[in-house]
Amino acid sequence: MLQGHFEIQLIAIVTAVACALPGVYLVLRRMTLMSDAISHAILPGIVLAFFLTHSLSSPLLILAAAGTGVLTVVFVELLQRTKLIKEDAAIGLTFPALFSIGVILISRFAGNVHLDIDAVLLGELAYAPLNRLKVAGYDLGPVSLYVMGVMLVLNLVFILLFYKELKLATFDASLAATLGFAPVLIHYGLMTLVSMTTVGAFDAVGSILVVALIAGPPATAYLMTDRLSRMLILSAVIGSVNAVSGYWVAYLFDVSIAGAIATMTLLIFGLVFLVVPNRGVIAIARRHARQKWEFAQTMLVIHLLNHEGLPEAEAESEITHLYEHLRWDPTFATQVVRYALNNQCVLQQETQLILTEQGRSIAQQALVQ
Amino acid sequence: MNQLHTPLQQRGIKLQVLETKAIEVTDLTVAYQDKPVLWDIDLDVPPGVLLSIVGPNGAGKTTLIKAILGLVRPAAGNVLIYDKPYEVQRGIVGYVPQRGTVDWDFPTNVLDVVMMGRYGALGWIRRPGRQERELAMQALEKVGLETYTTRQISQLSGGQQQRVFLARALVQDATVYLMDEPFQGVDATTERAIITLLQELRANGKTVIVVHHDLQTVEDYFDWVMLLNIRRIASGPVADTFTSDNLRQTYGGRVAFVKK
Repeated sequence: MLQGHFEIQLIAIVTAVACALPGVYLVLRRMTLMSDAISHAILPGIVLAFFLTHSLSSPLLILAAAGTGVLTVVFVELLQRTKLIKEDAAIGLTFPALFSIGVILISRFAGNVHLDIDAVLLGELAYAPLNRLKVAGYDLGPVSLYVMGVMLVLNLVFILLFYKELKLATFDASLAATLGFAPVLIHYGLMTLVSMTTVGAFDAVGSILVVALIAGPPATAYLMTDRLSRMLILSAVIGSVNAVSGYWVAYLFDVSIAGAIATMTLLIFGLVFLVVPNRGVIAIARRHARQKWEFAQTMLVIHLLNHEGLPEAEAESEITHLYEHLRWDPTFATQVVRYALNNQCVLQQETQLILTEQGRSIAQQALVQ
Repeated sequence: MNQLHTPLQQRGIKLQVLETKAIEVTDLTVAYQDKPVLWDIDLDVPPGVLLSIVGPNGAGKTTLIKAILGLVRPAAGNVLIYDKPYEVQRGIVGYVPQRGTVDWDFPTNVLDVVMMGRYGALGWIRRPGRQERELAMQALEKVGLETYTTRQISQLSGGQQQRVFLARALVQDATVYLMDEPFQGVDATTERAIITLLQELRANGKTVIVVHHDLQTVEDYFDWVMLLNIRRIASGPVADTFTSDNLRQTYGGRVAFVKK
């Protein structure tokens, strides 16, 4: 049992990291929907390869699926290039067509074979350790661990080798092309890896979770950093955290592991979305609140500065006059005055407000801008 | 014997050096399906000029730049850069695309974007190092952004983004520069700073080609001009080429510009 825990989590982590790495580039290229399309459209490739090999664990399945995945990308881009159809519609047309060809093939020719649609769509991580790699009677561990391990290494090598080329082609494809870096080649290289990763992951975790693993961690990491290298590392870490925490949630509540991991992906994204410094919802709300008071304080000091030293100064800097002159609600005006007093921008002398040095310089700076 | 002392030109021998063109476009036609965007363009750009391409919207200015850079495939015609095709001459051509063509929310900083200009010289797989960093810093100093190196690119103003692109082209250390609307959306001060830089490039013998929109500044900023509206109306030194007659031909009756 203990070994089962360990192996499932290991498969989940390896799969999550293998998906998260190319996922970073899909998120930055605004192509995450393409991973959804690929994860469904590769079905006919798998089915045809299965007919040829009569085996579900043949590496040919992965290659055939990768081929169909790239074909999906080609179809979508061809449709898009006609300029008659936008990208989202092109994706929406392409992948159901390919997917349904797969479904028809299964229902017509493979009714008696173990290749059922439920397993393809949902996957079941809990069963992944049951399919074991055995060589000469020795048990070398779960097959899917090896498949995903190889995909992880391939993705890692591709990204490490072509880090600079991928970055340039993603950020500025036209510059990449003028410098001779063949962005189209890089694009299809990436899409081939995404297709292979998807089909490898698919057997272990199902296609819904594949999309969650590809899109979720990079989207979360994107909120947390301004650097591509850190985004890659954070995506891998977040993917692993999602996988392990999802696994234990599934264990505790006795639910589908894939479902629990996908749910944790969403929860952790939501958490980061709320609390991340600078860009999070909470940070933005606090900044807006602070800006509101700062702006009001600036209005106040500018008002005082404008009338400073003039005959009407006494009347204008009377606290009660603020309500009339600035048309401020009395409670708001009191709060702004308190805010400005706290920040030592103004001094109160009986009912008069007097600018301090600091208040004067804030007003002057604001006027210069 | 006597003949040896007469200047070469008078003997009908043209010096090859004088003949060299920085860019030579011949009979270039670009079409999207059957809709021509550029019709049979001829353009000779001598080395060391600062040339602006002007013309109305949809005249094919950006397409011409892209065709010179091999980014769009022409239906006919040829482009040579210093007598050789672009693929051979990549290393001596710098490109500044329109600012709006990239995603400024991309997770990277100013220095990193400028270093991208060195990628071509580095070639495949090799990573930028200290030398690239130093060159990028020098270019950033030239455009006045040396204090912005670690700034995330989304936090820049439009004018600053434009200057980052310019710095990226400067580190390419090219001989020929092609710039697509480098003045778009920048304030007057930045525009001044950019044109000073471009004139400096020309003074160093570089050839700079700029897609430009503001007819009022053509005579102040540039020494050569090309008037384009799907076909080439005229090209040459500003003094001879930038005439009311040519402008009327380029813009039709719609030119709301009075020449000084």
